[in-house]
Amino acid sequence: MTPMIDIRNLSVTFTGRGKAVRAVDDVSLSVAPGEVVALLGESGSGKSVTLRSLLRLHPKNRSRMEGTIRVDGEDVLALSPRALADYRGRKVSMIFQDPGLAMDPVYTVGRQIVETIRRHESVSTAEAEARALALFKKVSIPAPERRLAAYPSSMSGGMRQRAMIALALACNPKVLLADEPTTALDATVQIQILLLLRDLQRELGLSVIFVTHDIGVAVEVADRVAVMYAGRIVEEGKVADVVRTPRHPYTRGLLAARVEHAVPGSRLETIPGAPPDLAELPAGCAFRERCVVAEPRCAAERPAFVQRSPTRGDACLLTG
Amino acid sequence: MTGPLSPASTRNAESVWPPEVWRAPKKTVLDPRDRGGPAQPLLSVTGLVKHFKVGGSPFGEGTVVRAVDGVDFDLIKGETLGIVGESGCGKSTTARLLMQLMPPDAGRLVFDGEELGGALSLTEYRRQVQMVFQDSYASLNPRLTIEDSIAFGPQVHGLPARQAIARAHDLLDRVGLEPARFAGRFPHELSGGQRQRINIARALAMNPRLVILDEAVSALDKSVEAQVLNLLMDLKQEFNLTYIFISHDLNVVRFMVDRVLVMYLGKVAELGGRDAVFNQPAHPYTAALLASMPSMDPDHRVERPPLTGDPPNPINPPPGCRFHPRCAVAEAVCSVKEPEMAATGTDRAGARHAAACLMRAAGSGHSRAPAVAVPA
Ligand SMILES: Nc1ncnc2c1ncn2[C@@H]1O[C@H](COP(=O)(O)OP(=O)(O)OP(=O)(O)O)[C@@H](O)[C@H]1O
Ligand SMILES: Nc1ncnc2c1ncn2[C@@H]1O[C@H](COP(=O)(O)OP(=O)(O)OP(=O)(O)O)[C@@H](O)[C@H]1O
Ligand code: SF4
Ligand SMILES: [Mg+2]
Ligand SMILES: [Mg+2]
Repeated sequence: MTPMIDIRNLSVTFTGRGKAVRAVDDVSLSVAPGEVVALLGESGSGKSVTLRSLLRLHPKNRSRMEGTIRVDGEDVLALSPRALADYRGRKVSMIFQDPGLAMDPVYTVGRQIVETIRRHESVSTAEAEARALALFKKVSIPAPERRLAAYPSSMSGGMRQRAMIALALACNPKVLLADEPTTALDATVQIQILLLLRDLQRELGLSVIFVTHDIGVAVEVADRVAVMYAGRIVEEGKVADVVRTPRHPYTRGLLAARVEHAVPGSRLETIPGAPPDLAELPAGCAFRERCVVAEPRCAAERPAFVQRSPTRGDACLLTG
Repeated sequence: MTGPLSPASTRNAESVWPPEVWRAPKKTVLDPRDRGGPAQPLLSVTGLVKHFKVGGSPFGEGTVVRAVDGVDFDLIKGETLGIVGESGCGKSTTARLLMQLMPPDAGRLVFDGEELGGALSLTEYRRQVQMVFQDSYASLNPRLTIEDSIAFGPQVHGLPARQAIARAHDLLDRVGLEPARFAGRFPHELSGGQRQRINIARALAMNPRLVILDEAVSALDKSVEAQVLNLLMDLKQEFNLTYIFISHDLNVVRFMVDRVLVMYLGKVAELGGRDAVFNQPAHPYTAALLASMPSMDPDHRVERPPLTGDPPNPINPPPGCRFHPRCAVAEAVCSVKEPEMAATGTDRAGARHAAACLMRAAGSGHSRAPAVAVPA
């Protein structure tokens, strides 16, 4: 099957002041129609930059993108400004941790959905309003008529998140990009939003990239998971496979350090050290200095991502 | 980050302050600061209340946020007590009241048998109770070097500068940061995990008996979080500490604590030993909270959200049981009668388990209530 999203050898470098920073380095990832892939990694590992690349949201004069991105057959990096404006929202939309990034505080939520629909499609206001109401019902907002007339600031965190999802789905996109949309929410609300997204994704056949730093969330929503470290994908596979038999030492360490299965009060296994500074990456494998099984060759050679089986791959010199 | 988190092997004798505690780390050694003996709670909290007046809210002038609305509990010496509950339920306000960062509207604090404001002065109490917050950056003065930040508190309390700096170096070493590399740095030159270690060292510099950790590891990456949790457990042993551990991450709470206090809209909903609460929650709210945790099992994902809607607002808490509008087993009586804490048993460690639910209170009128009260 042709993938809905096909990222090949994507690198993103921020230039600007100071040292150039390669935030995403030679990343390849494809997502099938109707598939959910979680992008898992620690702070600064390049998850958001990867996601934002799909919408070409980086500052033009201070960033450089290399590689190719195809979405539904279209070459995203070659889109003209007009085509890009149409592509954003219509083919691909995005939801964020902070709905403030997606919504304008001075307009009612309903007005914003109506405007979004009318920007992309030639429909009457009445028709767009009817669609906005249907969307609010779809994301299970209680009293949807009343809530459409509300301003974002007057809604609770969970309601705002639902409204943002409604806005993102307004033009029937094929791809939904989710950047930690539940991270700031209470566990009780997070699970509601995760299950809502899961249901909508199934019903609408969306392809989803879901960025998270929480393995539990990835397990709850994703079919496949790609683990990022220092701008690279270091392991990728089906969620169950990666969680049960992690191969890359970083993934192994991350799973071993979890408190979920540890005996209360016992010592936790830990990955020593902290993620590296992207501006001063060591030569060889970026994980080397924290890796318990590193060998001398790990300092000499930068491990490439290798597909070990049709559904599984990693970037470690020792797992082959 | 520097090397292993093992205890420092060599210590500068001069830096020892106050000397008796620095060298008496093990549990078996009686803490010379102890006054009331092991059975005396380290802290007894009774009737703690804090209401905030909010002007110009959509609810009109003169409305009050009942952030903490009558909280009672005892803190056992040497334990880690977890506090959990949804955003806005009053966890941080409780912590700030215990720290005396603001005056309560009502309530008594008795620290190791001495009443605060009576036998125990505020200055003395403040030295014995320290707090570590989530935001590692905001808690540090950006213009002070790391060693000066740590030495600041002890100096204010009269320790000579040279000794205070030497002690800061000892503590840096103890929290896993090589003094030679880190002492002269500024907060912005450190990672989040390193800054949080500094905040922990700064709290310990005052030689406290109680440390309140309010979302202290929540901003850290998972691989760094595990290191800091290990560090906190080591320090607790070594310095004879009692912890109050506040976190929205229930997995971390289960790992860290001995007992758990569950808050809902400014009140205690449930209090009990860790295993009792996590394995047999007595309050329907606790049960729903626990069921909201992601499953971590790809074959058994969560199928239905245990609670609908967002946490309600503490401005106008519902009458009767505050949880009744969201409760799956609520009955008519729940919207009129306010539940008190009722004992539901003791766990193997002897910790009392109690919940504020009419279903647990004998004779409450709830159809599932026990016929006779469970002895406390
Ligand atoms: N516009 C930008 N200019 C310069 N550097 C940037 C820019 N955006 C991101 N970066 C850098 O790229 C790196 C990767 O950032 P990214 O936001 O993708 O991390 P992330 O994995 O999403 O982390 P988090 O979990 O904290 O959101 C970081 O070092 C960040 O500072
Ligand atoms: N200084 C203040 N003025 C007015 N209201 C306040 C103030 N501090 C806290 N509140 C309110 O009191 C309630 C309890 O807040 P608190 O910070 O204690 O909650 P919390 O349980 O710590 O939540 P979180 O999990 O989000 O940290 C909230 O409704 C909050 O908005
Ligand atoms: S008192 Fe009633 S409403 Fe409250 S938790 Fe118990 S059963 Fe539910
Ligand atoms: Mg991000
Ligand atoms: Mg708080």
